[in-house]
Amino acid sequence: MILRWALLIFGGLLLGGIVHLAAIIILPRTATQDAFARLTPIAPVNTIVALPAPTPEKAVMPFMDPAFASAVCRYDLSQGPLKLTVPVSPAYTSVSFYTRNDIAYYAINDRAAGRRVIELDLMTTAQHDQVPEDEEVTAADRLIVESPTPTGIIAIRAMAPEPGLMRAAQAAVAASRCATQQPEPPARPTERTRPLEPTRPRR
Amino acid sequence: MRLLFGTLFGLALAAVVGLGLTYYALTRGAAFGGLSIESWTAWPKSGTTDADPYARASIARSGRLPTAMGDGVSFTLTSDDDGKSLDGRCEVVVSGVTPAARFWTVTLYNRDGGLVANSTNRYGFTSQEVVRHADGSFEIVVAPRANPGNWLPTGGVERYELILRLYDTAVGVSTKAGREVPMPDVTTRSCP
Repeated sequence: MILRWALLIFGGLLLGGIVHLAAIIILPRTATQDAFARLTPIAPVNTIVALPAPTPEKAVMPFMDPAFASAVCRYDLSQGPLKLTVPVSPAYTSVSFYTRNDIAYYAINDRAAGRRVIELDLMTTAQHDQVPEDEEVTAADRLIVESPTPTGIIAIRAMAPEPGLMRAAQAAVAASRCATQQPEPPARPTERTRPLEPTRPRR
Repeated sequence: MRLLFGTLFGLALAAVVGLGLTYYALTRGAAFGGLSIESWTAWPKSGTTDADPYARASIARSGRLPTAMGDGVSFTLTSDDDGKSLDGRCEVVVSGVTPAARFWTVTLYNRDGGLVANSTNRYGFTSQEVVRHADGSFEIVVAPRANPGNWLPTGGVERYELILRLYDTAVGVSTKAGREVPMPDVTTRSCP
C-alpha cells in the first residue's frame, strides 16, 4: 500500500517536472502580450516609430528606462534587406536588435560605432550570402548585421542625462531612418566610380 | 477503481507541481547564470542569444525588451542588504559607488514594471543628475516623504524594485563579484 502511494507520488512529481519544462519551452511561442505583440498595433512594418515616454499611467512596455527617448522599427526582411541610419545624440545612443521572440542578438552604441551617424544594413543570412563579395569589400566600412529571424524589432534609444536634454534625445531618435533597400540587380560589373566619401569625424 | 483513483491523483499532482513550478519560476524571475553582487542581481545572458529557456519565458511573459549585451547590463534589487523586502513606506538609503560605466540610471518600478506616480514626477536618477559627495560616492534616499538631497519618491507603494542600469560598461557575462564591481549598499533606515 505504502509502496503504491510512493510510486504514484514519484510518478506524479516526474510528470510534473515534464509539464513544467514543456510549459517553459512553449510559453514564448504562445505569449500574447510580449514586446513584439505590444508593438504590433502601434508600429507599422519597416518604419521608425517614436515611443511615448513611459508614465505611471501608461507605458508601451514594462521596465522602460524613463531617462531615455526611444523609438522602434518593427522590421520584416521578406521584401529585402533593411538600411538603418541613426544620428547619435549628444550623450549616449544605442541600437539593439531583437528577434521575433524578443531575444537580443546584437547591440551597438555610439562609441562602438565611432561616428556621428550609426549606419548599418540588416539582412537575413540568406540575403547576406547573396551580397556579391566585391560589393562587400568596396563597402568595407558598411556594417552588416544578420538577423536570425525574418521579423523582429530594432530598438533605438538615446539618453537624456538631464531632463533638459530629453528634447535633443527625442529629436535624435526621431531623425532615424529604417527602410527597405531595393535589391540591386545582380552580377553587373561595378564600373561606376563611387564618389569619394568625406572623412567622417571620429569621436 | 483504485487504479483510476490512483491515476487521477498522479495526474493532478503532476499538473499542480508542473504549473506551480512554472508560475513560481516566472514570478521570481528565475534564470540561470545570474550575477549577484551584494543585494543586486543581473542576468547578463538574458540580453544575448544564449538566454536560457527560463529567461526566454520570463521575457515573453513580462513583455519587456531586455537590455542587450553591448548596450548595457541591468541589476535588479528587491531587498535590502539585510534581506528585508523593499517597502515603499520605509526610508531606504542606497549609497556608495557603482561599477565603471559611461552612464548609469537607477529607476524605481512597481512589481509589474510600471513607474510609480508621485508629486514630483521623479522616477529615477541618472549618473549626471545625482548629487555626489566630494569623494564621488552618492546617497539616494528612497522614501515616501520628501528628503533633502537625492530623494527618490516611492509614492507609498508596498513593494517596489530598483533597477540599476549600467550603459557602455565592461560588466557582463564574464564578470565575477569582487572589488572591481562595487555595488551601492542598501539599508532600511526607518520604518513607520
